[in-house]
Amino acid sequence: MHLVYPAVLSALLFCTGLYGVLARRNAVLVLMSVELMLNAVNLNLVAFDVWLSRTARETLHSGQALTLFTIAIAAAEIGIGLAIVLAVYRNRGTSDIDRLRDTAEGHETDALAAEKAEATA
Amino acid sequence: MSLASAALTVAAAAPHGFLSPTGVEITFLLVSVVTLAAALVTVTTRQLVHAALWLVATLGGLAVEYLLLTAEFIAWMQVLIYVGSVVVLLLFGLMLTKAPIGRSPDADSGNRWAALTVAVAAAAALVWVVVDAFRTTWIDLAGAPSGTTKITGASLFQYWVLPFEALSVLLLAALVGAIVLSRKAKGEATTTASTPAVPGTRSEKEGVR
Amino acid sequence: MTTTTLAVLVPLLPFLGAAAGLLLGRTAPGFVRPLAVLPTLASLVLAVLVAARQGGGQAVDSATELTPTGSVPIELALYINGFAALVAVLVGVVASCVQIYSTGYLRDDPRYPSYAALVSLFTSAMLLVVYSGDLIVLLVGWEVMGICSYFLVGHYWETPEARAASIKAFLVTKLGDVPFLIGLFALGTDAGSFRITHVLGAVASGGLHQPTLIALLLLAGVAGKSAQFPLHTWLPDAMAGPTPVSALIHAATMVAAGVYFIARLLPVFEASSATMVVLAVMAGVTMVGSALAALAQDDIKRVLAYSTIGQLGYMTGALAVGERGAAVFHLLSHGAFKALLFLGAGVIIHAAGTNSLAAMSRMKDLRARVPDAYWTMTVALLALAAIPPFSGFFSKESVLGAAEHAATGHTAHAPGAAGWTVLVTGLLTALLTAAYATRLWLLAFRGHGAEAPDHGKQPLVMNAVLWVLAVPSLAFGLAYRVLPGWFDGRDLTPTLTTSVLGTGLALVGGLMTYGAWRHTTAVADRFPLGAVAAHPEADAGLVEAEAIASHAPAYGDVAYAPDPADPGRLLLGPLHRHAAVGFHLDALYDALFVRPVRAGASLVQFLDREVVETYVRGAGALPRLLGAAVRRAQTGNVQTYVSALLAGTVVLAVAVLLVATGA
Repeated sequence: MHLVYPAVLSALLFCTGLYGVLARRNAVLVLMSVELMLNAVNLNLVAFDVWLSRTARETLHSGQALTLFTIAIAAAEIGIGLAIVLAVYRNRGTSDIDRLRDTAEGHETDALAAEKAEATA
Repeated sequence: MSLASAALTVAAAAPHGFLSPTGVEITFLLVSVVTLAAALVTVTTRQLVHAALWLVATLGGLAVEYLLLTAEFIAWMQVLIYVGSVVVLLLFGLMLTKAPIGRSPDADSGNRWAALTVAVAAAAALVWVVVDAFRTTWIDLAGAPSGTTKITGASLFQYWVLPFEALSVLLLAALVGAIVLSRKAKGEATTTASTPAVPGTRSEKEGVR
Repeated sequence: MTTTTLAVLVPLLPFLGAAAGLLLGRTAPGFVRPLAVLPTLASLVLAVLVAARQGGGQAVDSATELTPTGSVPIELALYINGFAALVAVLVGVVASCVQIYSTGYLRDDPRYPSYAALVSLFTSAMLLVVYSGDLIVLLVGWEVMGICSYFLVGHYWETPEARAASIKAFLVTKLGDVPFLIGLFALGTDAGSFRITHVLGAVASGGLHQPTLIALLLLAGVAGKSAQFPLHTWLPDAMAGPTPVSALIHAATMVAAGVYFIARLLPVFEASSATMVVLAVMAGVTMVGSALAALAQDDIKRVLAYSTIGQLGYMTGALAVGERGAAVFHLLSHGAFKALLFLGAGVIIHAAGTNSLAAMSRMKDLRARVPDAYWTMTVALLALAAIPPFSGFFSKESVLGAAEHAATGHTAHAPGAAGWTVLVTGLLTALLTAAYATRLWLLAFRGHGAEAPDHGKQPLVMNAVLWVLAVPSLAFGLAYRVLPGWFDGRDLTPTLTTSVLGTGLALVGGLMTYGAWRHTTAVADRFPLGAVAAHPEADAGLVEAEAIASHAPAYGDVAYAPDPADPGRLLLGPLHRHAAVGFHLDALYDALFVRPVRAGASLVQFLDREVVETYVRGAGALPRLLGAAVRRAQTGNVQTYVSALLAGTVVLAVAVLLVATGA
C-alpha cells in the first residue's frame, strides 16, 4: 500500500482537528477536536510502524506501543479536561471559550473590576 | 477544500503507484473519505450532540483503517476506549454543561475565518511535505500481520514495561485530579442545593472569588 | 609671644568664636553672647598689641608654605605695616562695638546665634584680608567677607526687600569679583608670585608687562566691593539688613576693604597713569552722584548708605592722586564716625518706630527720647560734614590737600587731570555732604507735630557703645601729627587754602539746608505723613524689620516719600525725582542686563517647551501607538492567541523547509 494514503489522511485529519480547536465555541467541542488531532497522530504512528517493521526489520514496535500510550493519555486528558470544563461552567455559568476573557486588555477588565468592587461592597 | 485537495493528492499519487490499485488500497481510500467527511462534519455541525455522534463515526472509521494496516490490537483498543468511553464522557460533558439540543447558531466563534486560514495553510504545507517525501514509498502488507495482540503484547511487556507502569501512575493521578476538580466545595454545595436552577448567579461567583 | 604669633591669633580668635557659636548655638544658648563678644574683644586687644609692637616701623613679614601648589606658590603670609596694623585696630574696635551693640539690638531675635557667628566670621575674614601678605589668602578672606555680607543682609529674610537685597548684593559684587580674580591671576603670573612684597618688588623693577590691564581688572573688583560707581547700586539696598550689620560691614570695614586693597598695591596702580585717571573719574562721579542721591533719600539708613559711598569716593580719590596715607586716614576716621552714625540710626529707628525721615520730621521731641543718640550723632554728623575740629575735617582736608598737590603737579605718579578732578568734585561734595548731614539732623531731631511714641528706654549697651565711638569721631583727627610716621611719611597737615575752601563750602551747604528747612517747616504741618511699627515694645531688630517692610506700602517706594516739606526737595528742585531713585541706574541695569537675561530665559523656556518637547513627545508617540496596537491584540480570547501561534508555526516550518531543501 502506498504510504502516502495514510500519511495524507492523517495530515488532513489533523488539520480538521486544528480547525475545530480554533473555531469551535463550546469547550466540549474543542475537546472533541483535540481528540481528532490525537487520532491523526495515532494513525501516523501506526502506519509508519507497519512500514518500518517491514522495511527496516524493526522489532521494537515502538509506533504501536506509543499509540497505546497516546490512547491512554488521551483518555486521561479527556477526563481532566471535562472536569475543568465542568468546574468553569459551575463558576461562570458558561463553557464558551470566547467568553472567558479575564486576561483581555481594556474595558472588559474594567467591567470585571467594577463587578468585583460591587461584589465586595 | 480539504476534500478537493485530498482527491487531488490521490489522483496525483495514483499514477505513481501500482497501475491497478489493490483491493486494500481501494478500501482504505473509501474508508478514509468517509472518515474525513465525518471529521469535517464533526467540526462544522451546528448541533452539538450530532458532533459527538459524527465523532463516533470518525473514530470508527479510523479503527477500520488500523485493521487495514494489520494493527488489530490498536483497532480494538480504539473501539473500546474511544468509541466506548471517551465519546460517552464527552456526551456527559455536553449534558452537564447544559448544551442546547438542536441547532445552535453560535456554535462557531468569531475566530472561524482565521481558524480556516490557519488550518488550510497547515494542511497545504503538511500534504505538500508528506507527498513530496513519501510518494515513492510502499508498505508491504503481505506476510504476517505486524499488529496482532501477541506481537504487541510481547513488545509492550518486553521493551516497554517501565513506561507502561509509569503510565499507570499517570492515569491514577489523572483520576484523582478529575475527582478533585469536579468535587464541589462544601459551602458551595449547600448554595447550589438551595438554588440549583441558577448555577451562574452572582452568589456562586462570589463564593468562588 | 612674638608679634607674628599675636598677629596670627588676631584673625583666628573670631574664627574659633564663630565656629563655637555655630556649634553651641542651639544646645547652649547661654554661651552665645560671651562667645560672640569675648573673642572679638580679645582680638581687638591683640590687634592693639600688634600695632604697638609694630609701631609704624619695619613691616612684619613672615610666610610659611603649607604645601607646593603648582607653578606660582601660595603661601600663608603675613605682611603688617603701619596701614595694616591701624586698619586692624579699627576693625577690632568697630567689630567689638557692633557685637556688644547687637546683644541689645537683637535681644529677642531667635536667629541671634547664627547672626553673631556670622559677624564673628566676618570679623575674622576682614582681619585676614588686612594682615594677609599673600594675594590668594587675601582673596579667601575677601570672598568669605562677601558670603557673610550676603547672609547678613538677608537676615530678615521674611521680608521681600531683604531677600532681593541679598541677591542683588551677590550678583553685583560678583560682577566685580570675576574680573578681580582674573586680575589677581594675571598679576601673580606676571610677577611670578602671589606674595605682596614680591609683587611690589616686581613693580618697582618694572617687571609688569600689562599694568593697565591688570589694574583695571583689579579695579572692577574694588568697585564692586567698595560700592563705587558703577557697581554701587547694591549698597543702598543692602540697608535692608540689621543696622549693626550695616554699621560694621557696609560702612566701616568690608566696603573699605577695596580701598585698603588699592592702598596696599598702590604701586601696581601707579604704574599705569590711565588707571589713575579712571580711578579719579570714578571717584568724582561716585562722590557727586551719591551726595546728590543722599540728599533725596527718605530712609535714614539709605541716606547714610549713599553717604558711605560718597566718603569711599573720597578715599579712592585720594588713591587716585597717589596719596594712600590720606586715603587710609580718611578710612579710619570715617570708619569710626560712620559706624557711630549707623548705630545711632538704629537707636532712632527703634525709638521712632519708623525709618522714614518724613515721619520723624513730624514727631516732636524725638531727641528727648534718645539723648545719647542725639549728642553722639550730632558729633558724628559734624565729623561727616568736615567741620573743624572733628575727625572728618582733618582726614578730608588731607585728601583735598593731596588732590591740590597733584593738581599743581607736585606728585610724581599722579596725573594732573586726576588731581583736578578729585579736587573739584571733592569740594563740590563737601558742600553737598554738609547739606545732607544738616538735613538728616534737622529732620530727625528737630521735628514738629505730635508727641513721639514712647518705646521705652534704650538698652544700656547700645547707648554705651555710642559714646565709645564718639571719642574717635571727636578726637581722632588730631592724630594727623603722628600718622605720617605709620604711613609713607608724607605730611597730612591740612593746608590753608583747601581748609578754608572746604570748611566754607560745608558751612554754606549747612546754612542753605537750614534756610530751606525753615522755609518748609510750615508746610510740614499741613501734610500729615507717617507709619510706625506695629510692635513698639519689641526689640530693636524686629522694629527695624517691620519699618523696612512697611516703607514701600506706606510711602510707595523703599527710598522715597512724597513729602513736600522735605528741604532736600527744595534744594534739588527738578533733580530730586531722579536723585531719589539713584539716577535711574537700577532702571538702566534692569534694561541692560535683567531684561535681556529674562528675555533669553523665556526664549530658552519657549524652545524647551515648544521645540525640544515636541520632539520628545513625537518620539514617545510612536511607541505609544505601537503599544496601543499591541494592546488591541490582547483580546483575552485564547483561540485567537492559539491561531496566531499556529500560523506562526506554519510559516516558520515552511520557511525552514524551503531553506532546508534549498528552494
